[in-house]
Amino acid sequence: MGAGIELEDVICDFGSFRAVDRVNVTVKEGEFFSFLGPSGCGKTTILRMISGFTDPTGGVIRIGGKDMKGTRPNQRPTALIFQNLALFPLMSVADNIAFGLSVRGVDKSKCRTRADELLKLVDLPGAGDKLVSQLSGGQKQRVAIARALAVEPAVMLLDEPLSALDLKLRQHMRAELRSIQKRTGVTFIYITHDQGEALAMSDRVGVMSHGQLQQVADPREIYNQPTNGFVASFVGENNIFAGKLGAVSNGIAAFSTPHGQFRARLADGVARDETLKLYVRPEYTILSPDPGAENSLPVRVTEVSFEGNFISVHAISDSGANVAAEIRNDGAVTVPAVGATLHATFAAESAALLPDETRA
Amino acid sequence: MSELLRRYGPGLTLIFVLLTAFWLLMLVILPNITLFEASFRPYLPVTEIGGPRDVYSLNNYAKFLNNAVPASYFGIDVQIPVHLKTFLATVTYSGVVTIVCFLLSYPLAYYLAKVVNPKSLPTLILLLSIPLWVSEALRAFAWYIILTFNGPLNAVLVGLGVLEAPVRWQNGVMTPYDGIMIGLTYTYVLFMLFPIYGAIQSLDRNQIEAAEDLGARWWQIHWRVVLPHSRPGIASGCVMVFMLSAGSLLVPTVLPSTSSNWFTETIRQWMLESQDWNTGAAYSFLYILLCSVVVMVVMWLFRVKLNEIAK
Ligand SMILES: Nc1ncnc2c1ncn2[C@@H]1O[C@H](COP(=O)(O)OP(=O)(O)OP(=O)(O)O)[C@@H](O)[C@H]1O
Ligand SMILES: [Mg+2]
Repeated sequence: MGAGIELEDVICDFGSFRAVDRVNVTVKEGEFFSFLGPSGCGKTTILRMISGFTDPTGGVIRIGGKDMKGTRPNQRPTALIFQNLALFPLMSVADNIAFGLSVRGVDKSKCRTRADELLKLVDLPGAGDKLVSQLSGGQKQRVAIARALAVEPAVMLLDEPLSALDLKLRQHMRAELRSIQKRTGVTFIYITHDQGEALAMSDRVGVMSHGQLQQVADPREIYNQPTNGFVASFVGENNIFAGKLGAVSNGIAAFSTPHGQFRARLADGVARDETLKLYVRPEYTILSPDPGAENSLPVRVTEVSFEGNFISVHAISDSGANVAAEIRNDGAVTVPAVGATLHATFAAESAALLPDETRA
Repeated sequence: MSELLRRYGPGLTLIFVLLTAFWLLMLVILPNITLFEASFRPYLPVTEIGGPRDVYSLNNYAKFLNNAVPASYFGIDVQIPVHLKTFLATVTYSGVVTIVCFLLSYPLAYYLAKVVNPKSLPTLILLLSIPLWVSEALRAFAWYIILTFNGPLNAVLVGLGVLEAPVRWQNGVMTPYDGIMIGLTYTYVLFMLFPIYGAIQSLDRNQIEAAEDLGARWWQIHWRVVLPHSRPGIASGCVMVFMLSAGSLLVPTVLPSTSSNWFTETIRQWMLESQDWNTGAAYSFLYILLCSVVVMVVMWLFRVKLNEIAK
């Protein structure tokens, strides 16, 4: 069964460089939690601190309510799946999986039985006697998961485990990981820089930048109600307009930009200062021949690309603003021609005024 | 070959090929063939060479089994040919030297490869290889001085109160071969260190961390992950140190005790003291053969394959 994890003001410094900066988050027991962020933002460092390979410079890490300070990795109820998997190449698949058991003194035949059970769980029955080098990428992945599950960890820590796989396999393994997590009830902490992966798999996502946690929420909230500009633009695409805040009523604010007057949502907690920008996603941006009642911008189409399920259109306004729009392909849609002059419009409710990322 | 031709043209290529051929043929193959041939012929006065008594036989090799002397192995007294006794002692103590070198090298190699800050690594390696700059003879004589009765080792140990009276190290404290073993270990330990260092160096650090993460203790990590990975390095280090020790002539002559006999000295006696190059050659080939057999048997025992070592 899983265990909860609390990170309290966790800091990690490498020399004068702060890799992880006062991270506070509570992961519930049995939860699938992802850390999402660009390369170098400190994701791996957080994982290494939870598993015990790196000592935090400050703050407290609790697993199952117990402070982990001074507890060696081999004493923690965590199992880490490395980015490169780190399977033992000189051992058979079964010996790899049973490694954690055999170092605990479990006898050979029991180890083998358990390894075979786990191979069944990860959908690789009968592969026990193979060598690691004889497996495909996806199969190695499963062996790594089985090896980690063998020690019955309360927490599984996964460091971008799918990044080396091709697209099809990655999508398949996403579902697989998710179902293994549901079946075993183990807490999963998953690291990725792929937003699609994080949104599709997780119960909750923590978005990171420069060592700081920007927002923690469930995937829908992360996508629909990002709390700042970094989260909005890291997770999904946006049309962004800088401007000045005007009058606010009923959560909708007037916003004047060099490209015109707009109206957009302004969430309650947002500080009303000059760092605010307007963010609206391409799929909420409509291109039509007629100007709308509000939030309307005359544009000229510069680029049209057919993506299959949608059509991506890039346009530029007379005032020089780049606007992207996505049109869903329902089979009967009219594709705008390059050079056509249209009006880009969006509903005030689908646009948000957000501050820049929080930097302490 | 075509690469050589393309780069240096036919003239230089011909010179390269001829030089290599000269080196192989004249300096390696011919002398060895000559000695090999000589080893089957009797040692005769010059006038009789080519005469009726100059026929091929295995007599020179058979001398290895002459002259039984008393010896004691594992508390059992036996009569054993004197040269066989020397051979067994040489192989045994070369084996001990190999094991000691391994025990010294493995922790150091691990420390250098995985623990030490990579920035200070070049300095450390340089410091370690300083002894290699000094000639083997000087190193052996240095140990001769250290170990003499009035030497610094006794002075320090007596001065510290570890010993009550100076010890005759060169006569051997545990075995008559102590001095030789110390000298050989010191001379050849780096030949063990570097291959093992290379092997451990190539081990992915994540493998070590994965083992620890799965609950392995430090000795389990070494036994199950680091040692198996470094087997090829250990094997080539062991073969090198063993063969170099068994083939060393200098150290056993500089650091002997009154009752130590190294097989290379026996060969030297045949060749230089008895002037019997025929028997000396026979002993040399026999020695190479027997040492190779020992290495093969040990490799077979530890299930090491030849191609692993070559890596
Ligand atoms: N041992 C270390 N010493 C010094 N700096 C380090 C060390 N480990 C990580 N860093 C730095 O800390 C920052 C965060 O590193 P981390 O590996 O956590 O990033 P990440 O989010 O996992 O990135 P990626 O997606 O590329 O794996 C990086 O800028 C990195 O250079
Ligand atoms: Mg990383």
